[in-house]
Amino acid sequence: MKAFDYLRPSSIAEAVAAAGRPGAAYLAAGTNLVDLMKGGVTRPDTLVDITRLPGLDRIERRANGTTRIGALVRNATLAHDPVIARRYPALAEALLSGASGQLRNAATTAGNVLQRTRCAYFTDTASACNKRDPGTGCDAQGGVTRAHAVLGWSQHCIATHPSDFCVPLAALDAVVEIEGPAGPRSVPLDAFHRLPGDHPERETVLEPGDLVVAVTLPAEAETFAGHSRYLKVRERTSYAFAVVSAAVGLRLDGDRIAEGRIALGSVALKPWRAREAEHLLAGAAPTPEIFARAAEAALADAKPSGDNAYKIELARRIVVRALTLAVAGTPDRVPALPASPFATPSAGVSAHA
Amino acid sequence: MSFPITLTVNGTARSIVLEDARVTLLDLLRERLDLTGAKKGCDRGQCGACTILIDGVRVNSCLALAVSHDGAAITTIEGLAQNEALHPVQAAFLEHDGFQCGFCTPGQILSAVGLIQEGQTGGDPERVREGMSGNLCRCGAYAGITQAVLMAHAQMTGPDVLPGRQIAEDAA
Repeated sequence: MKAFDYLRPSSIAEAVAAAGRPGAAYLAAGTNLVDLMKGGVTRPDTLVDITRLPGLDRIERRANGTTRIGALVRNATLAHDPVIARRYPALAEALLSGASGQLRNAATTAGNVLQRTRCAYFTDTASACNKRDPGTGCDAQGGVTRAHAVLGWSQHCIATHPSDFCVPLAALDAVVEIEGPAGPRSVPLDAFHRLPGDHPERETVLEPGDLVVAVTLPAEAETFAGHSRYLKVRERTSYAFAVVSAAVGLRLDGDRIAEGRIALGSVALKPWRAREAEHLLAGAAPTPEIFARAAEAALADAKPSGDNAYKIELARRIVVRALTLAVAGTPDRVPALPASPFATPSAGVSAHA
Repeated sequence: MSFPITLTVNGTARSIVLEDARVTLLDLLRERLDLTGAKKGCDRGQCGACTILIDGVRVNSCLALAVSHDGAAITTIEGLAQNEALHPVQAAFLEHDGFQCGFCTPGQILSAVGLIQEGQTGGDPERVREGMSGNLCRCGAYAGITQAVLMAHAQMTGPDVLPGRQIAEDAA
């Protein structure tokens, strides 16, 4: 690991000023950053430790029905918070399906949103990677590509975004709150991460010094609580990144779907909101046929970036499965194996209806 | 540049001057404080052998920069037993053969202590296995580990309480 200077600012303004300098990086839990620094993938000159900044570790339920999640709220704290578990069950299930107990205890809300791709060619400093070293090429292409992107990729980068948490956040229209040199601003999570295009090194809309201070869920996000699921196919059932995942939420009106939400994970360099598919669901009866059509629409633009054509059909099927389980009702409690497509939903009436 | 920090390690206050901000809690415990119970397996947050409790919560000490944890209370395997009396999780690992070579064992035990305190598993073996998935055991002692955690859980918590029930009642 390269040597670095260490700063511990006591206010957001101080932090933003310190992190605006070239070579600076914010440190929260470090579960991703320290790992990348050990591998020489990331080589900051200065770490700006934000773990002591006041006011960033709260979950706030506001009078207007929104829920504001502070940047430093730990993944485990968030997943087990009664308000989160009851009102946004897919969010809790996604969090609990990710990483390990130890990592969830440390990893933060903002750190999860900002985590880097797990593309092996990005983390292997002997490989060419346009994201790590712009303009050097992409050794992933023509390499081992089973897990790579099938949507939104470019000739310069075929990596995926690894977060589980971001998938339901995208489906629920979450908003990222940012403090920066130019003051505060808010960006929808769906517009926060960038697709690779010609500049895969630009991963988000953040500018130097910008600090994510919170993620906020709008009031209508909880209207999907009764019929929500996050499903995740992995190569082992626990402590593994998704091959493909899907977050869905349905608001039912009698025997019709008033509104449906669908987002896919690990198919692109950002959580992938499937708005065309959602339009098909609106006003329709929740039948296998409409779910199949929605799945077709969600993957209509997909194309393999290597040996990963299977992910397209897998994604369609996981969308259908997630919608089918969501209609049956959100389980009373996150299943023992969170987000597993092999776990059966618990019997009985949903506590979320 | 040097960084003075204080930690409470297994109940004892320690003042340490770090000459380099790169030091992880794992390296600090092993190289500076002679507490070699926490093991360096992968050193990348993947194996769980370095698991310790920070302020009562289980984490991977290999990814925790010491300088960022100034003021924290640390518990390692060396701090679990009370004099000659083993912690219930330690005793349960002996009772159920929850190890073979022993390299992963300190991390397994600290992870189990943390898991039981988190209170999410009840007596469900599936939830215990899922909750312990961040601790790898190359000897494959998983069956004994699960039994040991269930036994210790029963001893430490008494009658089975499912936290999910409380949430359901709140919603009603």
